[in-house]
Amino acid sequence: MTALGKLFRTTAIKLAVMYLGVLTAASAVLLVYVSQQTASVMRDQIVETVDAEITGLSDQYRIGGIRRLVAAVDARSRQPGASLYLVTDFAGNSLAGNIQQLSSSVLAEADGQIQRVRYTRFENEKSYEALVRVFGLTGGYRILVGRDLAEQQYFRGVLAESLRYWLIVVVLLGLLTWVFVSRRVLKRIDAMAATSRRIMKGDLNERLPVDGSGDEFDRLATSLNEMLERIEALLYGLKDVSDNIAHDLKTPLTRMRNRVESALRESADEDGAGARQALEATIEDCDYLIRTFNALLRIARVEAGSSDAEMHDVDLKALAGEIAELYEPLAEDEGATLALGPLQGLTVRGNRELLAQALVNLTENALKYGKDQETGIASITIGMEEDNGEACLYVKDKGSGIAEADRDRAARRFVRLETSRSEPGSGLGLSLVQAVTRLHHGKLELIDGEPGLKAVLRLPLKDGVSGVKEDEG
Amino acid sequence: MRILIIEDDREAAAYLVKALKEAGHVVDHAADGEEGYDLALDTGYDVLVVDRMLPKRDGLSIVSELRERDNHTPVLILSALSQVDDRVKGLRAGGDDYLPKPYAFSELLARVEALGRRPRQAGLETSYSVGGLTLDRLSHTVRREGQEIPLQPREFKLLEYLMQHAGQVVTRTMLLENVWEYHFDPQTNVIDVHISRLRSKIDKEFDKPLLHTIRGAGYSIRDGAG
Repeated sequence: MTALGKLFRTTAIKLAVMYLGVLTAASAVLLVYVSQQTASVMRDQIVETVDAEITGLSDQYRIGGIRRLVAAVDARSRQPGASLYLVTDFAGNSLAGNIQQLSSSVLAEADGQIQRVRYTRFENEKSYEALVRVFGLTGGYRILVGRDLAEQQYFRGVLAESLRYWLIVVVLLGLLTWVFVSRRVLKRIDAMAATSRRIMKGDLNERLPVDGSGDEFDRLATSLNEMLERIEALLYGLKDVSDNIAHDLKTPLTRMRNRVESALRESADEDGAGARQALEATIEDCDYLIRTFNALLRIARVEAGSSDAEMHDVDLKALAGEIAELYEPLAEDEGATLALGPLQGLTVRGNRELLAQALVNLTENALKYGKDQETGIASITIGMEEDNGEACLYVKDKGSGIAEADRDRAARRFVRLETSRSEPGSGLGLSLVQAVTRLHHGKLELIDGEPGLKAVLRLPLKDGVSGVKEDEG
Repeated sequence: MRILIIEDDREAAAYLVKALKEAGHVVDHAADGEEGYDLALDTGYDVLVVDRMLPKRDGLSIVSELRERDNHTPVLILSALSQVDDRVKGLRAGGDDYLPKPYAFSELLARVEALGRRPRQAGLETSYSVGGLTLDRLSHTVRREGQEIPLQPREFKLLEYLMQHAGQVVTRTMLLENVWEYHFDPQTNVIDVHISRLRSKIDKEFDKPLLHTIRGAGYSIRDGAG
């Protein structure tokens, strides 16, 4: 592309050209209107003047005959800025007036309309244009009165000249626009483009410049920066996950491999009991790996969005009751207590399976980590409150809780807090809970249970309607 | 039982054929969707095991086409997609059960046998009886040797499902799916505890245990060693 072509493709020049075009067109329309209006007003004025003079002169003729008329015309003709006059006899011979020559056909039509004619004056041989009217008098005399059009033409000339000056001003304004747009606005766009190229090259720490003026560019830059923030977080999250996958999945795989290898060695000289044991342990490891993978896939799918999760009305009270019933025997077996706290009949729009799984994960966590430090007994409450148009479904224990500094971290994938390292688990439970709550436009809150941990699923109520759903026929 | 496996992964299919034969079944194998569909249509099988993603013809379309042609052979759909909603799609297409990959063979065997022996019109029987244990669905009572055993509603449902499949192995996931209607793997032994509670009610005071634990697979209710 040529340099000129490139120039014409910039937004600045396009804006400037458009500005010029619009301004010129608007001025032209205005000028044409003004000149036409003026012309018509002037013409009306001429017609009025001419008619008045004709009336006056024919009065003179009536009072004093042709002599008086000729005298009056002679007197008027000599005044400065006089109208045009011509008096002729029945043969068409000029008797008085200030017109030297005129096309003879003009006089043929007495009492005619106003006509536009060319004529020649006595003082010079030039031809002029004028609006005239001819009036027939008794005795074959004719009188012609008219006004020169020079005044009107002069005015038109003034208008044309001002249009020329105006066009120059418009072009200058257009250039100014171009300079402003290209220097102030396009510079910022270019800066943004340059920053995004640097970001694309891999420098994710870069941010678009925000000058604090709060204009469109600032708003755009701010929201793009927010997007970059999110992308960066996701990328680091992904990196975290792959590091953790490497660690958490490699460990059982290595263990498995070692076990199979040693079983292979032993199987040569023993009766195979050891090998069998090793195989059984291997299957257990496999199952653990499969579970971890399934959990990962499930989190990924839930996080990917709501597109294929079927949403129905879910009665949270019934759900909490079911999960409590499912886990109550297990809790009792482990010497823990699991009780239902106050429950309100709240309904949310959601996926029952996923919500149940979230609640199960929280309950299993509470059973594992919620043991009272003195008695070693976990006492767990599943309850629900309504707060600010949201259902708060919670699982609360009286264990050691999660230190405030760790709470944000706890729900990340594979993150296992120091206190939980000794327990079996994949570090994915809370991640799934968080993904499920996000899918439901809710929030997972880990708060101090005073003592212990209170894990709260904040879920927006269906249609913002609270309270017990009424039975519908 | 005559079982048809439609699965394109040769190794997985060979393993399934071998293991199902060892369990005493007659097994055929088709390696692609079209061959599988033709075989399923022409031959009277008791159960079809269909992989969801197959060359030439997708597994779900085989199932829905069979159903359109009034072929109601029970189908177990296998899929590497393990999400709740994939399961729903599988069942909507006409599948009877859904097993995400990777699976334990014991799980597959239990599900195939449950499908193959499923009474064609499940739910119509009003009572079940195993050994001296009877469960009456109408009066909601359970008796063993004439003595009434009070059960919680969920325990009743659990026993009902086990007795529906008397003599067969029922896995933990099958119980969670059918008794609690949840489709996920609990990490803990939550089902075992429910079973042991039920066991203490129906077996404890009697000489002969009816509710057996099948190691590495699940549970089975059956009369004595049989």
